[in-house]
Parts: sequence; structure tokens; C-alpha cells
Amino acid sequence: MDRTRDKVLPVLAILAGLVVVWYVGAMLLNAPFQRDLDRRAGETRGTVEFIGKTLSQPKPTLPAPHQVAANFFENTFLRKITSNQSLVFHAWITLSSTLLGFVFGTALGIAIAVGIVHFTSLDRSLMPWLIASQTIPILAIAPMVIVVFAAIGVTGIIPKSLISTYLSFFPVAVGMVKGLRSPELTHLDLMHTYNASPAQTLWKLRVPASMPFLFASMKVAVAASLVGAIVAELPTGAVAGIGAKLLSASYYSQTIDMWSALVAGSIVAGLLVTLVGWIGRLVDRSMGARPA
Amino acid sequence: MTVAEAKAQATKPVVEAKNLGLTFRTNDGPVQALTDVNLTIDKGEFVSFIGPSGCGKTTFLRVIADLEKPTEGMIAVNGMTSEQARESRAYGYVFQAAALFPWRTIASNVALPLEIMGIASAEQKTRIARVMELVNLTGFENKYPWQLSGGMQQRASIARALAFDADLLLMDEPFGALDEIVRDHLNKQLLELWARTNKTICFVTHSIPEAVYLSTRIVVMSPRPGRVTDVIESTLPRERPLDIRESAEFIAIAHRVREGLHAGHSYED
Amino acid sequence: MRWFAPSWQALLAVVLCIGAGLLGVMSLPEATALAQPAASIAYPWAASKSLIFDAILISAAFSMMRVPPAVAALALFAGAHLAAWLLLSGIAGFEGTALAPFYLLMAAAWLLAWRCVTILSGLKPTHRLAKTLVGLLIPVIFGAWLLIIWEGVVRGAGIPFILLPPPSAIGARIATSVPILAADVRQTIFKAVIAGYAIGCGAGFLTAILADRVSFLRRGLLPIGNMVSALPIIGVAPIMVMWFGFDWQSKAAVVSIMTFFPMLVNTVTGLAESGHMERDLMRTYASSYWQTLFKLRLPAAAPFIFNALKINATLALIGAIVAEFFGTPVVGMGFRISTEVGRMNIDMVWAEIAVAALIGSVFYGIIALIERVVTFWHPSLR
Repeated sequence: MDRTRDKVLPVLAILAGLVVVWYVGAMLLNAPFQRDLDRRAGETRGTVEFIGKTLSQPKPTLPAPHQVAANFFENTFLRKITSNQSLVFHAWITLSSTLLGFVFGTALGIAIAVGIVHFTSLDRSLMPWLIASQTIPILAIAPMVIVVFAAIGVTGIIPKSLISTYLSFFPVAVGMVKGLRSPELTHLDLMHTYNASPAQTLWKLRVPASMPFLFASMKVAVAASLVGAIVAELPTGAVAGIGAKLLSASYYSQTIDMWSALVAGSIVAGLLVTLVGWIGRLVDRSMGARPA
Repeated sequence: MTVAEAKAQATKPVVEAKNLGLTFRTNDGPVQALTDVNLTIDKGEFVSFIGPSGCGKTTFLRVIADLEKPTEGMIAVNGMTSEQARESRAYGYVFQAAALFPWRTIASNVALPLEIMGIASAEQKTRIARVMELVNLTGFENKYPWQLSGGMQQRASIARALAFDADLLLMDEPFGALDEIVRDHLNKQLLELWARTNKTICFVTHSIPEAVYLSTRIVVMSPRPGRVTDVIESTLPRERPLDIRESAEFIAIAHRVREGLHAGHSYED
Repeated sequence: MRWFAPSWQALLAVVLCIGAGLLGVMSLPEATALAQPAASIAYPWAASKSLIFDAILISAAFSMMRVPPAVAALALFAGAHLAAWLLLSGIAGFEGTALAPFYLLMAAAWLLAWRCVTILSGLKPTHRLAKTLVGLLIPVIFGAWLLIIWEGVVRGAGIPFILLPPPSAIGARIATSVPILAADVRQTIFKAVIAGYAIGCGAGFLTAILADRVSFLRRGLLPIGNMVSALPIIGVAPIMVMWFGFDWQSKAAVVSIMTFFPMLVNTVTGLAESGHMERDLMRTYASSYWQTLFKLRLPAAAPFIFNALKINATLALIGAIVAEFFGTPVVGMGFRISTEVGRMNIDMVWAEIAVAALIGSVFYGIIALIERVVTFWHPSLR
């Protein structure tokens, strides 16, 4: 009981602090525009009324938390999920390409890691390029990849998920190389005394030993995958997805919509990371690890 | 300080524990790490603490060093509270592992306490040279810890504890992780060092021969609750060659220590 | 057979060569020329065809003799790259006309390069300089072959440059647009990225120290920081553009927000990294908080801090470029990429990407180098 309070209380306190800062920020940032409006309308308001106005503008510079919350609630729960306005609809579009890209990326990452661990020539030639591949601002070319694929007639989920794949394979590959190399020398020697084949050593020793590493890197990968999916949606002509919603809201300066799209993206990210962490713990426990 | 006061200081026990007790609060309920420890250690003594794991020997050393606070009784170091003693840098502490900082050379590891205590760099140099010679590490000043063997690393950590000239040396199983041959060698060197510097040494170990070979007094401890079961005065001379360990006197003392350890255990098995 | 040491790559290369030889005609113009012997029709590899076969076959055969591995590697290196060079220079101007033998020969040359890398990886040079050179050469060969295969496939199959330009065209574009690229780099890298990176990393570091001092803050900030690192922070880009205007300040803001949390989380984790024994040691010296921080805990945290600096190096570049999609003055790498995509000048886009990747790699490399110097003591580096 004490421990949960010790853990939860500081987080709640800081979150509360953030909300306060947010409100103050909203007031300050929206004040100049409100003052402008009032001067033009020739109105004079009391301080309280003025503050109330700054927190209820239709297109504020920084929307107040309750405005975002109301917009988010409305667009999530009160709309039909097939509607173009529904955040659930947009989140689902983004989620589907995120997951597809994540699955591809994880598979690719694992394959690369197995190759690197088993072939010295791959280890020495591929590793520097893996790092270099991540210095390419792939998010920056995401729009182009989409456009190019569209030009050859491939549209929809595949090009978007390719961006996610590119972003998510790297953490998995690096984590798995570490994981597959994590067995102690004595354990490897033990397998050697059994004259185990490389495949047997892989399945019976390296793979089980790498599980914690795999799930730790999959958490990073799934978050990266979501970022990839969102950015890949920016150039699709603002049709569907959280990224598209962000872009169209930013065109029309619908700041409240923008923020609630961000909130939706964050919730999807949180859910995905939690889910991966949860599966990781389940696998861990099934392999006999003590529950932490 | 007057001459009389200085004299009183000199005759004061280095470590004095009265009815000392320490209870840890853990998730499985309270654990009595130490109960009712009464012990006085005088200047120039070499006291070993021996007992099975969980008997509180390391905990007692950490209480002296003010790394743990006792929950009952009192502890005095050089006539001060343990906290005051720590703040006046009254002792050097040697841990089970060398705990040298890998980003510092051996010489600058030894210099670490001197830097913290704000000692001028010229003075630092002479002191480093002196203690490096004391532990026979001259010539290794510019090596990094990971370039040295385990025994050499532990000697460097002893040099670090000696560098600021505290009169009290607290050693927590310093040779526990080393092999028998290196350990013999270091035991002999430690005795020589003790003879040359006339420091007071508190030494935690779980090796009976080591305790008997080194100490002027052996404190036998026992677990659950951690307590002192026997204090054995050594009758061996101060001058001790390695082969003293085959003498009848040595074997008799070792036998007494072993009996003390067994007595502490008898009722729980 | 004591002089014979076969390798599957070299054997397969020979087989592919023989296959190519049996198929004979390497390109459509060559087929036309053969059909009309009277007309003088130019076709690729008219003069170099036998040289390509020779280069591959001789170096493959030579590599399978019992020669010192360094000599075999040298022969393979020369043979594979000579063949690749001839193949690529031949197809230029005849895009899209290549037939199966072209690809077979490319594959054969690639196999020889693979064999070369395998031999080089097995070398254990004792000399330090040689070791460094081999360590550099292996990834360079790999990278070169990525480009060679890209070039070969694009030109051989005649993929429209609008979809995927060959590396040589991208290189040419870079050479001719240096002033534009330089202006974009100045705007995006030297203004937005550097400012945002410095602010974000610095603020993250200072907040971490503060959080370390105040444990309530740490326990509150760490879970939040961990969670925020997983969020699509890049989404704040349009908001920042709204707040800070179109110029580089808004991009620097995005970059600082993106780099803040990795630095915070890593530094806090790193500060907890020093061992209990070491901290007890500092306590026995009655060392003050700041002395312990500077002499023990920051050095022990250095690997984590560098890890954050490296992660942030790539994040910063991405953040600045993507933020430019939401509005910029008419200069900047992100601006250039989005407008040139619209105008279907794909080679210019690739030129920007190449420059970005190069700068990103250099940025990363510099940090990695500093890391080697500062954390030389870490077990992973010594």
C-alpha cells in the first residue's frame, strides 16, 4: 500500500502541476488575441470573465485541457466509428498500418540479428550500415516513398507500413544481437561439449536467453512504428489516419482538433507499449522468471 | 588542546560499543542484525571479526563507519559519535571488492580521498608515492585498474585507504575474492604494514587461519540474532612468519575459534 | 588437389558465368545487331564483353588456388570491381535493354565481392594500421555493392528515374546543386538542429540533475519521461510552427522537445548506475553531494549520457526536417524535399537525403568518437 502511494503520488502531483502550467500557458498565449477581439468589439471585461474567454476560444493558440478533453470525448465516443470525424476511425487506420509494419520490422530485425550472430562477414560488414541506415531521416522521405509507390500503383496500407518497418527493424536488430550474444561463455561451452549444432544452440540457448532483450527492444520498436505510420499519413492527401487528421487540422488552424488527435496518438502509443510489455512479462513468467 | 587532554585522547579507546543493537525492517518483518554488542578496541590492536554469513560482522563494521545507524545502544569512535568520526575522516575503509574507479589511473584513484579532502596537489604527490611504496605498487601509478590483477587492485584500494593517514583501518573481507596463494602473500604484507604504521585495524573475515594469523584479538560472532559469542585474545607474538601457522600454539587458538563458532550454531541445527 | 581450395561463392560465380556465356546475347541492341549484321548498330559491351568474363573467371579461379588469403582477397577485389565497373559503364546510355546474362554477371561479380569480404573478415592482421584498414574496408565494400546493385538494377531494368534515380544521377545532381544544398544545410542543420539539440540535451541533463536531487521529482518524472519517449512527439511540429513562426526557431523548438526526454531518462538512469560500494566509499570520505556527483556519479553515468546524445543525433535531424513540412521560408532540407517531390524532381530529393544521411552519420560519428575518448574505461570499449 505504502509502495503504490510512493509511486503514484509523485506522478499524479507532477501531472497536476503540468495541467496547472497548461492552463496558465493557455491563458497567457490566448490573451493577446482575446484582447484584440475585445478592443475591436469595444468591450471591456472583468479579469475573471476575460480569463474565462481566453479558455473558451474556438481556435485558440493553445487550447485549454478541458477543451481538448471535451473534443476528444466527443470525437471518440459520440460519433459513429465509421464516420470520418471519429478519432476511433482514424486511430484504427493508423493502428493497422503500425501493427503490420511492426510485425514486418520485428521479423526483419530478428533475421538480421541471427545472420549477424552466425556469420562474421555479415557482422563486420553490415553493422556500420545498420547504424548509418538510421541516420537517414526516413521520416523525411516517407512522403516521397508514398508518392513513388502511388506512382507505380501501390497505395493503401503497404507503403505506410514499410515506413514503420524501416523504423522498427533497427531497435529489434540491435537488441537481438545483444540478446543472442548474452549467454555466458560457460553455457556456450556446455552446448559445445554436447556437440550441438548451431541451430540447436540457437533454439535451446540463444533464443531463450534473448527474450528479455527482444521485448525491451520491441517496446521501442512499436513506438517507432507508430511514429512512422503517423508521418507516413501526412502526404496521403489528408484522407484518413491520425497523421492526416493532424495535417488537415493544421491547415485549417483547428487547434483543438490537432491536440485531440495528438492525445489519440499518445493513447495508442501508450496502449501498444503496455501491451508489448505485458506480453513480455507473460513470456518471461512462462520461462520461469520470478515475478518482479 | 592541552597536554592532559591530548593524553586523555590517546588513552581513549578507538572504538567503543555499548549494548549496541541494529534491527533492519524488511518486507518479511524485522531482522535483528546485531544485538547487545559490547566491545572496546584500543589503539594499535588488530581485531578480527569472524562468523558465518548473516552474523552481523560486516554490519558491525558498517556501524563503526557510520554506513548504518544503530537502533539501540551507543557507538563511539575516537571518543566521538560515528558520524562525527566519519566527518573528521577518522578511518579508512577497504571493501570486499577493490571498488577502484575504472576511469582513473591507480595514482589518481589513490588521490581521490585527498582531492575530496582538499589537500594541496604537491602534498598529494608525496603521499601517493609513500603509500604506493607501502603496498609495493611503485611503478604502476599510470596503469588503469582493469589492467591490474585482482590482488594488485586490492592492494591499490588499501593504498587508497591509507592515503589520508587515518589511524583506524576498517577492512571488510578484503581478500575474500582472492586465491589462497595471493591471500597468504597479502596477509603477510598487511602484518608488516600494521607493524610499520601502528594503525588500529578491524578486519572482517570468514577464514579461521586468516583471523588467527593476523589478529591480536578475535571476535567470534553468530547469526539470528547477530551477536558476539566469544572474544579470544591471541597469545602469538607480534612478529609472525608464515610458518607460525604450523605451530601448536596457532593450532590451539584456531581450535578455540572453531569451537566458538560451533557453540554459536549448536542450538539451531 | 593440394593446390585447390574451393569456395561456394567462387564456384557459383563460375557457374553463373558459364550460364551467361551459354545464353550469349546480353542486350536487346546486341540481338538486333546480330540479326542485321550489315547495319552498324551500337550495342553495350561490344568491346568489353570478353574482358568481363575474363575478370570474373580468372579471379574466381585464382581465389580457389592455395594462395595467401590476402592475395586471394586482392584478386577477388580487383576482379569483382573491374567486372562491375565494365558492366555499369556499358549499360549507361542503353537503359532498360539488359537481358538475363547481364544480371547473371552482376550476381557473379557480387558473389566474388562477398567471397572477398568473407576472406577479409577471417584475416587477423597483427599490425594495428592494417587492422584498422581491414576494419574499414569490409563495410566500405558492402556499402559500395549496395550502390552497385542499385545502379545496375535501375539502369539494367530501365526503371524510370522519376521513381528511383540511380546513384550516379544522384551524385551528379549533388555536384550541380551545391549552392542550394549548402543553403538548405545552413538553414536546417546549422540553425534549427544545432540550436534545438543543444537546448534539448542541455535542458534534459539539468532537469535530470534536479530530479536526482529531489527524489519526489524523480519518482514523478521518470515514469512520465519513459511514457513520453514512446509518444509521437513529432506531432507537436504543427503546433510549434503556429507558436514560433515559420523560421528556424519553430524547428529548433520541435528538436528540443524531441531530444529532451531521451536525455532526461538516460541521465537519471545513468546517475543511479554507480555501485553501492563506490557510493559507500564516497560516504566514508564524508564527500559532499556535488563531490560525489562530479567524481563518481557523472563519470559512471557517461555511457548512458552518450547513448542519449547518439539517439538524439538522429532524432534531431528527423525532427527538424519533418517540422519543415508544416511551413518554412523557401529554404531548408524539409522544404526542398516536400516541394521537389511535388515537382517530381526525385533526384533532387535523393540528393537532399544523401546529404542528410551523410551529415547524420558524421554527427553520429563525432559523438561516437568523443565517447571513445571519454569512456575509454568502459568494458565495451577497452
